[in-house]
Amino acid sequence: MSIVLENVTFTYMPKTPFEKTALNDVSLSVESGEFTAIIGHTGSGKTTLLQHFNGLLMPDKNKGSVYVDGEKITKKNVRDVRMKVGYVFQYPEHQLFEETVFKDIAFGLKRLKLSDEEIKERVLAAAKTVDLDEALLERSVFELSGGEKRRVAICGVLVTNPSYLLLDEPASGLDPAGKREIMKLLKSLNDRGMTIVFISHSMDDVAENARRVVIVNDGGIGLDGTPYEVFKNRELLTSWGLDVPEVTKLFDDLRIKSGLDIPHVITISEGVKLVEKLKAEGRLKL
Amino acid sequence: MRISLGRFVPGDSLIHRADPRTKLIWTIVMMVLVLMCSSWWQYLTAAVFVIGCFALSGISFKYILMSLRPIMLLLAITVIFNLLFFKGTDVLFTLGALTVYKEGVLQSVKTIIRVSLLIISASLLTYTTSSVAITDGMESLMRPLAKIGFPAHEVAMMMSIALRFVPTFADETDKIMKAQAARGADFDSGNVFKKVKSYIPVLIPLFVGAFKSAEDMATAMESRCYKGGKGRTRYKVLKFSSADLIMLIVTLVFTATVILLKYVFKI
Repeated sequence: MSIVLENVTFTYMPKTPFEKTALNDVSLSVESGEFTAIIGHTGSGKTTLLQHFNGLLMPDKNKGSVYVDGEKITKKNVRDVRMKVGYVFQYPEHQLFEETVFKDIAFGLKRLKLSDEEIKERVLAAAKTVDLDEALLERSVFELSGGEKRRVAICGVLVTNPSYLLLDEPASGLDPAGKREIMKLLKSLNDRGMTIVFISHSMDDVAENARRVVIVNDGGIGLDGTPYEVFKNRELLTSWGLDVPEVTKLFDDLRIKSGLDIPHVITISEGVKLVEKLKAEGRLKL
Repeated sequence: MRISLGRFVPGDSLIHRADPRTKLIWTIVMMVLVLMCSSWWQYLTAAVFVIGCFALSGISFKYILMSLRPIMLLLAITVIFNLLFFKGTDVLFTLGALTVYKEGVLQSVKTIIRVSLLIISASLLTYTTSSVAITDGMESLMRPLAKIGFPAHEVAMMMSIALRFVPTFADETDKIMKAQAARGADFDSGNVFKKVKSYIPVLIPLFVGAFKSAEDMATAMESRCYKGGKGRTRYKVLKFSSADLIMLIVTLVFTATVILLKYVFKI
């Protein structure tokens, strides 16, 4: 079970003066159960890449193909693929339109021709997953707070029970509490076996949560590996307009200034453990 | 995006550099000129001029076809009606109760040429002139009307805001359509009513967003002390150069030729 991109090239507005190749011969595969982050500077092609995963964009003619669970995405099966591969847009709350939260969440179930009870059951289950108060379900979508709207929108994608979930900057524009909640939600979904691929600009979020990091640079894959492998390349990342987590910089500087032989650190909890260890060994006096 | 009519294609040709007022006048004159044509010679003169100007702009002729694509259906319907209902004397062939006359065929060809020339001249303006320049030109041309109370500046400002938001809303529509498609919306299948209904999930978020953008825009304009056109100076002042004068004279010559052909030589 996987999503595989094979030599994908994609051009925006081909054969016009505005022609722009956004992806150039990209091959990438995402296995079932992964928790992968895609990072890259603005305009690097990361959203274009992610939209190929469920056929929102299709590769240029004869320039690559995308397979979901071994099946090639074509114009014919694309709507079935989208039931399997959910996609949450950057500001999903902008897509809410129904009179009530319940109806909006149920929108994705329309074409499945379920009975009213089944619909209710699935909406309630999805609402519980995203920790949405049942009392909100009968409210208008335009009365909700920012964080609530975001969760309703994600809920509207989860309701079809996709096995893959793609998210384009799921935490952008939220306050710190909202951000934490979203990342917690993604983690719990992944623990339940859902494959998560998300775009993020927060290196800290990526280091804390993702188990694989794919860096997109100029329409190609720049780096691909565990967060630990990727965030070792501070200079390379900086030259691409990216960054490493703050805590990594802190311990890098500490290594250079103190001359202590300490490993790379990418999360705060790792850093805390390292400081405790150094203290216990007497190499660091506080 | 499929909409090509009304898109600006950057370039540095004589036509691109011309004063927007010249091009606006050119377009209006061209429209009147094309609508005046009735004989083949008159159409030929107008076509040579319009196509010649298009060639001068350095824009690929593919764009002509692109600008004509949206009106293909309209053209087809007009042609069919002309063929079926134009009564002439020269019967070409009869199909049951329908008779197609030779005059009908010729009339259809003329209609195609007429509508195409109208569209080509309008799109030459929008291809070579940015929307800002067009509204600047319009405001300047409408200024004399302000004396009789016509809100020239306000109309121009409304137009430029509307034009400025066309690509924004086009992008927004594209995004919302994709997002709704991602959660199972279907825009392609079903009959006309179903199709129209399937756009509700796109239209509501689009309208909500549009109202919000409008409010933000108003706040932004107010916070920069916008209070109408009175006393407002311009960063880019429109300049009518000698090249513009030559362009208008050439336009006048062609217009005069068509008028001569039509009313004096009667060919």
